[in-house]
Amino acid sequence: MAQRSKLRWVILALPLLAFLWLTIFLLRGLFSDPTELSSALVGKPVPQFELPDIYDTTKVHTEEVLQGRPMLLNVWATWCPTCRAEHEYLNQLAAQGVYIVGLNYKDDSRAKAVNWLNTLGDPYQINLFDERGMVALDFGVYGAPETFLINAQGEVVYRHVGDVNDRVWNNVLGPQYNELMQAYESAGATP
Amino acid sequence: MMRSFITMLLVAIGVAVSSWSIAYAANLETYKFDDPKKEALFRELIDELRCPKCQNQTIGDSDAPLAKDLRDRTYMMIQQGASKQEVVDYMVARYGDFAYYRPPVKLSTVVLWLGPVVVILVGAGVILMRVRSRNNAEVELSEQEQAQLATLRDSESSDSKQDKSS
Repeated sequence: MAQRSKLRWVILALPLLAFLWLTIFLLRGLFSDPTELSSALVGKPVPQFELPDIYDTTKVHTEEVLQGRPMLLNVWATWCPTCRAEHEYLNQLAAQGVYIVGLNYKDDSRAKAVNWLNTLGDPYQINLFDERGMVALDFGVYGAPETFLINAQGEVVYRHVGDVNDRVWNNVLGPQYNELMQAYESAGATP
Repeated sequence: MMRSFITMLLVAIGVAVSSWSIAYAANLETYKFDDPKKEALFRELIDELRCPKCQNQTIGDSDAPLAKDLRDRTYMMIQQGASKQEVVDYMVARYGDFAYYRPPVKLSTVVLWLGPVVVILVGAGVILMRVRSRNNAEVELSEQEQAQLATLRDSESSDSKQDKSS
């Protein structure tokens, strides 16, 4: 008899539990950003490519420029207002010694992009010129700006969609970058 | 009043549908196929691949530049003889499962596939249990409850006796 009533309580509680679960599920949905897709490339090596340098199109870079040390790969274009907003922050990061490679994504013209770098400053060690966006497609880029964190083995560790700012760097990208740098430096010290 | 409202509604739907089909046709007309099979495959694919930029549109009905790039890539791959699965794999490798409107059965997507079945089963179970418990309405009483019942019966019969006597 006692067991029977216990079972009854369990059955009666089920709708309440289902309701609570649904509430939590939907509440989380309210605060999640559906445009933030995790990259399918995380944990995989960067795709192979051949791209010209933005300053000198006779110079061709391959995926090897994204190997050998931890770095950021920043996807940008002059048509992208958010890229302009984050540009000054990238300048600051570069001044602190963060290694950043640029991927100019389907820009209006190369001259415009070069002009942007000359007037706003150039935080990039190397800048790849992806005129038709086909390499960006291999990276799974679906907008600009996007920033990939790449380790010394040339594997994608993390992808951030949207601008890099103080909050994003201090909470998300910075700690991961510093961790990679520590591993890289300790490996370099004891070869 | 009601009539004009319905007419307006029909006109609005007509405009929406025709503008959609114009945009859709514009998205397709630049792709020429010699092989009708390939064309059919192309149309099938661009209706099942999702535009990562616009999220709730297929690459077939989105005007986003990225959707056009993905259509171009799909066209190129099909012209080179790629199968449907090859194109889908290509997109999923770059944009994740998100890129395909038919998600694969995985641990993270199992709720999508089994959720409706589970809800139906639970509902059927609840209905079955309720019907059954209504059928076996006989309830066993504890000693205490039986004693209570006896006193109630006693008092009732004595009440009725009193009623008769009065």
